[in-house]
Amino acid sequence: MGENYALELKQITKRFGSVLANDHVDLTLKKSEILAILGENGSGKTTLMNMIYGIYYPDEGHILVDGKEVSIRSPKDSHHLGIGMVHQHFKLVDVLTAAENIILGLPGKTMLNMKKVTAEIQALVNKYGFDIDLSQKIYEMSVSQKQTVEIVKMLYRGARILILDEPTAVLTPQEADRLFDILRNMRDDGCSIIIITHKLQEVLALSDRVAILRKGRYIDTVETAKANVQSLSEMMVGAKVDLDIDRPEPVSPQKRLEIKGLTCRDKEGIKTLDDVDLVVNSGEILGIAGISGSGQKELLEAVAGLQAAESGTILFTDADGNQKDLAKMDSVEIQELGVSLAFVPEDRIGMGLVGDMDMTDNMMLRSYHNGKGGLLDRRGPRQLATTIKDQLEIMTPSISSPVRQMSGGNVQKVLVGREIAQNPKILMVAYPTRGIDINSSHTIYKLLNEQKKHGVAVICVIEDLDVLLALCDRIAVLCGGKISGVVNGRSATKEGIGLLMTKHEKGGEQ
Amino acid sequence: MKKEPFLKMSRREKISWQKRLMIRIAALLLSLLVCAGVIFLLVRMNPFDVYKAIWDGALGSERRIWITIRDTMILLCIAIGLAPAFKMRFWNIGAEGQILVGGACAAAAMIYAGDKMPPVLLLVVMFVCSALGGMVWGMIPAVFKAYWNTNETLFTLMLNYVAMQIVTFCIVFWENPKGSNTVGIINQSTQAGWLPELFGQKYGWNVLIVLVFTVVMFIYLKYSKHGYEISVVGESENTARYAGIRVRKVIIRTMAISGAICGIAGFVIVSGASHTISTATADGRGFTAIIVAWLSKFNTFIMLAVSFGIVFMQQGAVQIATQYGLNENASDVILGIILFFLIGAEFFINYKVERAKK
Repeated sequence: MGENYALELKQITKRFGSVLANDHVDLTLKKSEILAILGENGSGKTTLMNMIYGIYYPDEGHILVDGKEVSIRSPKDSHHLGIGMVHQHFKLVDVLTAAENIILGLPGKTMLNMKKVTAEIQALVNKYGFDIDLSQKIYEMSVSQKQTVEIVKMLYRGARILILDEPTAVLTPQEADRLFDILRNMRDDGCSIIIITHKLQEVLALSDRVAILRKGRYIDTVETAKANVQSLSEMMVGAKVDLDIDRPEPVSPQKRLEIKGLTCRDKEGIKTLDDVDLVVNSGEILGIAGISGSGQKELLEAVAGLQAAESGTILFTDADGNQKDLAKMDSVEIQELGVSLAFVPEDRIGMGLVGDMDMTDNMMLRSYHNGKGGLLDRRGPRQLATTIKDQLEIMTPSISSPVRQMSGGNVQKVLVGREIAQNPKILMVAYPTRGIDINSSHTIYKLLNEQKKHGVAVICVIEDLDVLLALCDRIAVLCGGKISGVVNGRSATKEGIGLLMTKHEKGGEQ
Repeated sequence: MKKEPFLKMSRREKISWQKRLMIRIAALLLSLLVCAGVIFLLVRMNPFDVYKAIWDGALGSERRIWITIRDTMILLCIAIGLAPAFKMRFWNIGAEGQILVGGACAAAAMIYAGDKMPPVLLLVVMFVCSALGGMVWGMIPAVFKAYWNTNETLFTLMLNYVAMQIVTFCIVFWENPKGSNTVGIINQSTQAGWLPELFGQKYGWNVLIVLVFTVVMFIYLKYSKHGYEISVVGESENTARYAGIRVRKVIIRTMAISGAICGIAGFVIVSGASHTISTATADGRGFTAIIVAWLSKFNTFIMLAVSFGIVFMQQGAVQIATQYGLNENASDVILGIILFFLIGAEFFINYKVERAKK
């Protein structure tokens, strides 16, 4: 009975204190198939995978590999059973080459014959059509190449069951397509693959079957061919969901920010922004598209005063028509000028929030210096934390538990909630829904739209072009630090934007 | 065969303070039990006699009690000085140097101005000078860190040796009697620049000064805007810049405070305890205080308890060394074992370990 299955989980239960992370979960993975695991944040996907990979040990239940019951107590055990996992955050040594990383930690003879090993790995690379140079150092590689190294590492260890945790979160659409081709090759070669993702389109494009988890419980496994976006998201959430993103007409847009000839360089002296011209209007959402690392982060940070501009101007126009140049100011000076500028950075814990502090203390991060005297006033922030927790339905034991312990979606709600509470004139958000489930994502889109209706100039960097096209009034495309074009969000196409994403020329409004 | 792991660990979400205390007390008792075993195995002595000797050494007479209090206050003062720096994740292991410079400044004022000023003014001048000396010594590595991102651990460590050389150099001028290569008791006859008695107690001022710092530093770290900035900078400089905090300013300001308090510890030692200066004035307490600060998680009131515990053991060590002819290192062994258990107890406070159920 069990021999068709590469992996079977029976009645797996895992508790963390009083929290039930997995509640009697059953799961089957056939040989030669790609199984997608779908579920909102906190539904127990990662916990389940960690048990298969030996990071956690289940409290109850059985795991069967190739029909035989096994006990996986450490990642070493799972390697022996041919299970490999590629984590969201790569576990590679930067200063070593790809080949060195791949063999790292493997037992071997006293003398290492690097040539022979490299040839073996190269054979594996050719077989599946990977695109990497084994002698390249990790720090010289792009994110997608690093991911490839992780996959090859697992295959070289003889993995026949591969688990990928949100592999496309860091990839461009083209890179994701290439990854999918490779995964299909591996499946046809007899590998079984589990992929965890939030993106329903990818699930439909890639997987053979989809298993759905909700709040730690196993809901169902369905054939991908018989599913669609609507049916999957309903199973995930457990109720009907509205997947349409609203796009109200802009209300009397006025020029709020005018960027002219903005150029920035990084520490190595390489231009991260190159002669950027851009106008941002009040009451509209301006989207920023581009392959990751094209200057999106630098553009937002330059406006926020966190990145020094080499040349160019950033003219801010307030409601009375007064103009101020923000290009030469740092974040403190901008704040002192009274330019209310909200910024939700890409790095939520690490820039936007302090992980070890609770919600109250995080609320004060941008406002603690207001008020007289040298002592802190925690009353206002505490009230704000309570309000935001209720309004945005943030799931946390209390406002005094550290934000580090919250799930990604809740962390983002805390951050966005705080920034909006400043009553900003300009709201900048970077990757607001990366790694966040459907429901929370839509809450955040709604918040952005509300701000737009209040006349705020909203700038958002989003990697998902479908969302960008549904949400934004205008979309500026960055390529290599240049603006290669600004298109109308209502009439532009994905293909058109895709072309601009690789066009290394300065372009204007279309 | 299916094999279960023998023990299961999981993170605790919440733990009541009673349970926390219970775990720590259990750790302390367990450590004393292990110490007893070690004492018995090594020197074949009744461990309870040894414990009693330690108790006597620290608290056996009024004089001993006051020495224990005096040393507790000095250790506490240094730990209070280190707390803001470590909370900012600035690895200040230069307290030794800051104490020495502060102490040398106080001694200099005592020697050169001892007979030229009214006693109260002299004490104020000494206090200010030692604070300024420690402040400068703390700010040097901070400025280099803030502007050129130098490694503060190495920098503060090396400054300790520079401070020692400065003191050695000063001793050449201050030695008394000539040729002894020591400074001797300063102003022995006039007692100028010695902290006077307070409430009839010789070390009254020491206690008062340090307890004021304890309260002020507690409030500073927990309830002031500066304290908040220190936590944010310690967590992530990126977040600090994002929040509009001037990181350089905070680093330099915090180290100025840290150095100044360590310098004042030097004043308390010179003016309130030893009345002399030598390269051994700090006596490793700048390093011991690091343990005190971390073990107390920067809560200055817990620091008081931890400092007392450590000084208690050190005083007890001297006693068992003389009474039983044991080496003074014997108490280091005991202290080491106790600290091992107390720090180990943190693991059981953060994690729950259970026997795996079938």
